[in-house]
Amino acid sequence: MAGKSGDGERPRWLAGVIPYKEMGYWRPDYEPDDTDIIAAFRLTPQPGVDPEEAAAAIAGESSTATWTVVWTDRLTAYENYQAKAYEVVPVPNSDPPQYIASIAYKLDLFEEGSIANLTSSIIGNVFGFKALKALRLEDMRISTHYLKTFDGPPHGIINEREMVNKYGRPLLGATTKPKLGLTPRNYGRVVYEALRGGLDFVKDDENINSQPFNRWRERFLYCMEAVNRAQEETGEIKGHYLNVTAGNMEDMYERAEFAKELGSVIIMIDLTIGFTAMTSMSKWARKNSMLLHLHRAGHATYTRQKNHGVNFRVISKWCRMLGVDHIHAGTVVGKLEGDPGAIKGYYDTLRDDFVEKDPAHGIYFDQDWVHLPGVMPVASGGIHAGQMHQLLHYLGEDVVLQFGGGTIGHPMGISAGATANRVAVEAMIQARNEGRDYLKEGPDVLKKAAKKCKELNAALDTWGDISFEFESTDVPDVVETPTTSG
Amino acid sequence: MTTGVRITQGTFSYLPELTDDEIRAQIQYGIDNGWAVAIEFTDDPHPRNVYWDMWGMPMFDIEDAAAGLLEVNRCRKAYPNRYIRVSLYNATLTKQTVALQFIVNRPPHEPGFRLLRQETTDRIVRYTLEPYAARDPHGERYDGSD
Repeated sequence: MAGKSGDGERPRWLAGVIPYKEMGYWRPDYEPDDTDIIAAFRLTPQPGVDPEEAAAAIAGESSTATWTVVWTDRLTAYENYQAKAYEVVPVPNSDPPQYIASIAYKLDLFEEGSIANLTSSIIGNVFGFKALKALRLEDMRISTHYLKTFDGPPHGIINEREMVNKYGRPLLGATTKPKLGLTPRNYGRVVYEALRGGLDFVKDDENINSQPFNRWRERFLYCMEAVNRAQEETGEIKGHYLNVTAGNMEDMYERAEFAKELGSVIIMIDLTIGFTAMTSMSKWARKNSMLLHLHRAGHATYTRQKNHGVNFRVISKWCRMLGVDHIHAGTVVGKLEGDPGAIKGYYDTLRDDFVEKDPAHGIYFDQDWVHLPGVMPVASGGIHAGQMHQLLHYLGEDVVLQFGGGTIGHPMGISAGATANRVAVEAMIQARNEGRDYLKEGPDVLKKAAKKCKELNAALDTWGDISFEFESTDVPDVVETPTTSG
Repeated sequence: MTTGVRITQGTFSYLPELTDDEIRAQIQYGIDNGWAVAIEFTDDPHPRNVYWDMWGMPMFDIEDAAAGLLEVNRCRKAYPNRYIRVSLYNATLTKQTVALQFIVNRPPHEPGFRLLRQETTDRIVRYTLEPYAARDPHGERYDGSD
């Protein structure tokens, strides 16, 4: 590797441009160490570009390389710092041709506990590379050595359940609607009605921060009145995700401190604040015993298209590492994008302690989480009580099911909508635990429960079999035919 | 005459009261998953009262839910006017927590909670939730019959 280029015609260190493959970034013989971080990229080379050279270029540009030979490499133990593309596999039936490239990175390349640093390398420069038509980061194997430099969720699923004293069923939530326009006093009414009717949580929308019609301090005051009134009426612990997202850290800390002063159990941030701000709020939440909800606002701009961007399973992984307690991760059956296999992959990545490589779920590597607590996934967007059997089947019980329209749009009112959802989930859990085939018998289970619950009956009459069936834009490659989200 | 509330802690509080057969089925689900069965009772249903009184130790090794139901009914007989709950406990590594919890007995009348508001400055209110029953000493709450 050291003295000459690949064909031996050109000295390796002669000034000028040589292929990345010949600079040491293509190493088909390389076997990754346990400590290495590995990335799987889906690459679409420009016509005529050798895929191995493209993979080497990604390895180069995401680690030590620049476009030309530099003699200063020789001041370093460069073979350690160079990322190594060690495998390129064609994606079956892809047109234009796509390849999955596996690239290994040494632990030294990344600062401990910094998603900002990790991402500045891995997705820093390479996505705009001219030799590629498109590039997507599909998955990463985070070595346990690197993983242990992150704090993980401030509380995690187990501690959250113990904090709110709710076990053995999905938690229920709703997002206050309309998203924008409600004044704080009216806003608190929606929160109160939904909580007293049977929901566990209500949520600020991602874009409700502190607009002229609804300033944050007023909203927080009314929402906490609503939370406490609902606790009085039910004897349960209730929460409202107070969104502390703001234009700068100082304002976010101020809002979070106020939420704490009012006795809230949970605050909320948006993905749009960035990885470092999220990490800072995670540290704050841990220090102040506050659950931290994350809305993935903006993610679909780079997660949705199959050929370019970052797969959401990677975003899930980074968010579990930097530490949030909740993250929106798809519904399968609702109004937003989500193939069942892919969503299973996201949920496993967020919740399980060991996630096995599984192409059907888009998981490219085994991932050992070494007991880092799990993140509670949140399913939100176009779901309703009539789908409860499907939701339980696809998403399991460690999930927050958020019925916004499915609560607030109930014909008998918000509180009735909440009750319908709570009765539906408890009836379905009871049926499942009794050993019934609840996916098949789900509609009957709901109908029977509705006989003793007029609120559920009205919900089923209103929404019945409403579903959103569109072809997914992104499915794992082993699935031969696209599935619908139904 | 009753103006009380129904405390809805625990899974299944929004359904009609579980029958003994239905309780047995839930306990059996826990046993089949390898979970321990714990019965607890209290006359302080504050949502942050974590430590209810234990009705004996958790049953780690029972195979038949009937044994669990028998203890539920013994507890009901001893404390008919208190809240009684069944917890199924999962001791598996990375879990080590309650897997399912549900109420199986309530006082005949549930007076509920008083919400105290202490008004401070800047419109901030300090809230305190107090079970009405908790104003009486333990053993004298909920008609004082035990």
